[in-house]
Amino acid sequence: MSEPLLQVTDLVKHFPIKRGILIDREVDQVRAVDGISFSIEPGQTLGLVGESGSGKSTACRAVLQLIKPSSGSVRFEGQEIAGCSRRQMRPLRREMQMIFQDPYASLNPRKRVGQIVGDPLKRQRVASGGELRKRVQELLERVGLASEHYNRFPHEFSGGQRQRIGIARALALRPKLVIADEPVSALDVSIQAQIINLLDDLQDEFGLTYLFVAHDIGVVRHIADRIAVMNKGEIVEEGEADQVCENPRHDYTKKLLSAVPVPDPREARERAAKS
Amino acid sequence: MTATPILAVDDLRVGFATEGGLLQAVDGVRFRLQPGEVLAIVGESGSGKSVTAQTIMGLTRSKNARIEGSVRFEGEELVEASDATLRRLRGDRIAMVFQDPMTSFNPVQRIGRQIAEAMEAHRGDLAKGEARARAIELFEAVGIPEAERRVDDYPHEFSGGMRQRAMIAMALALEPEVLIADEPTTALDVTIQAQILRLLEDLNRERGLATILITHDLGVVAEVADRVLVMYAGKVVEQGTLEEIFYDPQHPYTWGLLGSLTRLDRPRPKRLPQISGAPPSLLDLPQGCAFRPRCPHEFDKCPQVPGLEGRLAEAAEHRYRCWLTPAEKRAKRQVAGQIGLEAPAP
Repeated sequence: MSEPLLQVTDLVKHFPIKRGILIDREVDQVRAVDGISFSIEPGQTLGLVGESGSGKSTACRAVLQLIKPSSGSVRFEGQEIAGCSRRQMRPLRREMQMIFQDPYASLNPRKRVGQIVGDPLKRQRVASGGELRKRVQELLERVGLASEHYNRFPHEFSGGQRQRIGIARALALRPKLVIADEPVSALDVSIQAQIINLLDDLQDEFGLTYLFVAHDIGVVRHIADRIAVMNKGEIVEEGEADQVCENPRHDYTKKLLSAVPVPDPREARERAAKS
Repeated sequence: MTATPILAVDDLRVGFATEGGLLQAVDGVRFRLQPGEVLAIVGESGSGKSVTAQTIMGLTRSKNARIEGSVRFEGEELVEASDATLRRLRGDRIAMVFQDPMTSFNPVQRIGRQIAEAMEAHRGDLAKGEARARAIELFEAVGIPEAERRVDDYPHEFSGGMRQRAMIAMALALEPEVLIADEPTTALDVTIQAQILRLLEDLNRERGLATILITHDLGVVAEVADRVLVMYAGKVVEQGTLEEIFYDPQHPYTWGLLGSLTRLDRPRPKRLPQISGAPPSLLDLPQGCAFRPRCPHEFDKCPQVPGLEGRLAEAAEHRYRCWLTPAEKRAKRQVAGQIGLEAPAP
């Protein structure tokens, strides 16, 4: 077994609930992430599944140090990053990028596509001028857009195309790890398949490692090698994707699986009759 | 189908004047809705499914909208009806549930009050306190726990799933005959989605409510619908019973929609079959069949608009717009042992 690219051990993120007028007293804690551990091998995909409020988005943010974990360890290529300062994190940011859920909210509406996708390259001083433009146009083509889209604004694009812009931006710095937080749940089903296939192709081409977060276990199964099921801040089950879907051990996993609609009226009727 | 339909839509056309020209959002839609039936309207964003629903409710009326055709509710024409007539019917006889339960409530008014307000507006003689009691009943009917206490909550105190239930409760307040649900579960977790679908099904069965369910997800359709309309670029491209659409689909777009569903009950394919490309701009439609640029089975007849036609006398209501012959369709729609649009790329 090779060394994992990402190793998370006992990661905890608690948010304090404060009361009081002059002096804030901490009266309780929200245990958003309550001691989770997982690891991802290079080139693999881990699917993280759970309902809203299960702590999966908080977990993503804590892994990337976008919020400070309460305790626990996050190792990236063997190096501890939990508790790193912003300055220490900056060179590492190139290596780990994020794709967000809502393609309508995650792109600055006043910037042109070229600026949005090129910004990480500029900030990390990787490219500028004509070189920057060339690289951005290549990226746009790679994710299925056209190089003429460079000067357009986000509102000129459909949801699926916007998500492609978000993917191009995430890939601009050639990261090793991409964390995708519900990247298809805001899209039409027919477009979801396109985006999932695109992520699959990009993984092969660039040797990417994914942490793929979603509430729909049916979608996750398609892209993930392994699946971790999260409920109330804890991982309740983890295993090979097919294994988890075909022989779930935890009741919560079974509940998630039975909620996925069966796109087959006869089977849906049988299932409804049974339950 | 000989029963009198509760809602009859004929050759409905809705266009909007825009800077880029006339945008034909709905182009000749016709259907009948029977009492107690669930009709699903399926399509991608921009297919005209929501505009169809909103036009039935009279919500698309505006200076730049051109609405033609006919919508009859129990024989009464709605397209030409006065605003006062529509106001009388809306909420009372025909109610709507919107996609986004987060933005559809007034955030600074208690939820129970908002439901009571709708009842008072239509039933002036309602005794004081009666509307509130009815709101509590409705909360119980849609499965909101601790109904008595929760009617006095504000919308932000509700979770997404609970808010969607509250919205369904509000829609049911005046016991409408027709419920239009526009993507009622799209913003929700799959577990909550399953509960809401179950709820809609029960209401439909117990109260004989006629329902129009608008969705982009055929998985949802398979669970609750009786009949299905598939829309593309403003037109109905295929219509039929649930069985006909899922087990004998005749339009390549329907094959694509069925093929792109992720299925837990099948071994996972290396690649998901997909419909490539994006829906066309309604201001710049391709000549002939609008699906032509995305269809792998395009041939020389496709630049002419195909009519919405059936094939069998015994299934006259199964209609579709496609030039392929039934034999060609049977040969082409099977991809890797199941219905899909094109063979997955190697």
